[in-house]
Amino acid sequence: MTSATEGTSAAKAATVRAPALALDRVTCIFASRERPGDRYTAVRDTTLSVEEGEFVSVVGPTGCGKSTLLNVAAGLLTPSAGGVRIQGEPLTGINRKAGYMFQAESLMPWRNALQNVLAGLEFAGVDVDQAGQRAHAWLSRVGLAGFEERYPHQLSGGMRKRVALAQMLILDPKILLMDEPFAALDVQTRQLMENELLELWSGDRKSVLFITHDLEEAIALSDRVIVLSAGPETHPIGEFVIDLPRPRDVNEIRMTPRFVEIHSDMWHAMKDEVLKGYAQSRKQ
Amino acid sequence: MRKAANNRRGSGETSERPAGAIPALLPAGTGPAGAPGNDARARRPGVRVSRPRLALYHALLLGGLFGFWYLMTEPGLIPPFYFDDPTRAKFFFGQPLEVLKRIWIWFSSGSIYVHLGVTLIETVLAFVIGTVLGLLFGLWLALSPTASTLADPYIKAMNAMPRVILAPIFAVWFGLGITSKVVFGVTLVFFIVFFNVYQGVKEVSPVVLANARMLGASGKQLLRHVYLPSATSWVFSSLHTSIGLAFVGAVVGEYLGSAKGVGYLIHQAEGVFDIDTVFAGILVLTIFALILDFAVTRIENRLLVWRPGTAETESL
Repeated sequence: MTSATEGTSAAKAATVRAPALALDRVTCIFASRERPGDRYTAVRDTTLSVEEGEFVSVVGPTGCGKSTLLNVAAGLLTPSAGGVRIQGEPLTGINRKAGYMFQAESLMPWRNALQNVLAGLEFAGVDVDQAGQRAHAWLSRVGLAGFEERYPHQLSGGMRKRVALAQMLILDPKILLMDEPFAALDVQTRQLMENELLELWSGDRKSVLFITHDLEEAIALSDRVIVLSAGPETHPIGEFVIDLPRPRDVNEIRMTPRFVEIHSDMWHAMKDEVLKGYAQSRKQ
Repeated sequence: MRKAANNRRGSGETSERPAGAIPALLPAGTGPAGAPGNDARARRPGVRVSRPRLALYHALLLGGLFGFWYLMTEPGLIPPFYFDDPTRAKFFFGQPLEVLKRIWIWFSSGSIYVHLGVTLIETVLAFVIGTVLGLLFGLWLALSPTASTLADPYIKAMNAMPRVILAPIFAVWFGLGITSKVVFGVTLVFFIVFFNVYQGVKEVSPVVLANARMLGASGKQLLRHVYLPSATSWVFSSLHTSIGLAFVGAVVGEYLGSAKGVGYLIHQAEGVFDIDTVFAGILVLTIFALILDFAVTRIENRLLVWRPGTAETESL
């Protein structure tokens, strides 16, 4: 199974620099809280890497431990075995070079949009006025000028995601970890957000690890897509280089023949795993 | 620790206020009608009465209650149907006009101020000390699993203990002055605030917490910017309950042994079957409890502007 991950893209072979983010044989075993004897292996022996400036998506059936992988990369979760390297350095504690965009609501409800965006700067001890100015600028970059005083509950789901995006990007992280960030949005808003993300990303090409269960989203956004097996004991089962030209429009690119071709290849690779995952969820 | 959740659901609005603290007994201006945005959770959706009209209804209800009281207790006004002696009802239930007259005399002569002052000082001290202690212990135990495991059975035991019987013991320990009442009030307030803070910290959204950590928050910053704000809404719902309990602590303490305070006045009056004075004391206490509760609500609304209220449409 590892052969698929090792024989990767030409880009990887060409670079001598260490990848921006590398998970090395990561295994995550959870002990059941009710019955301490029970163990659940969410992720087993997973090795994957994201090169500098590369946009990598991870897809897999629901409940396969994708978020677990991301939490390991963020340093929020210590793996049972294996390790994480950030630009070659082993990771201990929270990953300070990474920004994390969560699937669930992550904004602090007691702070308004502006205060949420400048939170990271405030934590870092940046001068209040300066932090405010930069937060203003970021809010307008994500199209939310004029919404500074709104509290999260006064914003729509899409707006909250934009605030979360600005909140993450204001700290200028080298690595972006995104956990199905747009899963809760409706299709139209989602495509808008995907395009906006691509546009922001193309500005300074950060390294992105993007988790999704949506194949189309993964293909439209990424340079490379990693397919995971169904859980438990999730591991990568395939890898696809997406050679679609950039800049892309996520809406238009779905109609191109190459997109359809890649999509069908990946779907075939995934189908068995999806069915396996489905059967397992039926059993429980 | 489940109790705290019940406090919140019951929203501390009705459950444990001092006896008689029904908003309708208030002068119309200070009832929920006059309180702008009175506790969002207390405002039932679907109530579509304009503010002046609501104030009118409050006043009418208040007038009606007093009218009923007057009607049933004024000797000779209605034919006796329960007591043989027409003055008996007055003896047992007092008379509203006499009660109001008593209050008027208290305030016009100024004789009530020293008693009211003592009771209010005891209440506020018990409230503040109990709240601060509850907050500190709640935060500490919620954030330190070891301490919480160790203390858990003791906290539960102390909370389950009928603490009212401690009041006479406190009087023996701390004398008949203010201290014994404050200590008693603190034992009542502490647990309410403690359980709510504990629950509030435990209920912090793990995602918001993880996000703040990813944004670089240190332990201290997490406490200040995540745990504390998240616990505030729980704390405030507990403060409505605890302000009432602080009053209970002060008055019960005075009732059991003191030389000053409204509880002392009530006790004295009961000794000579002066029901009018008893009711006058209760009424004065109720009004002040409501004023304090109103103050808490005002602070709450200022601090918790971020809390989603029920969206209300304006009817055209």
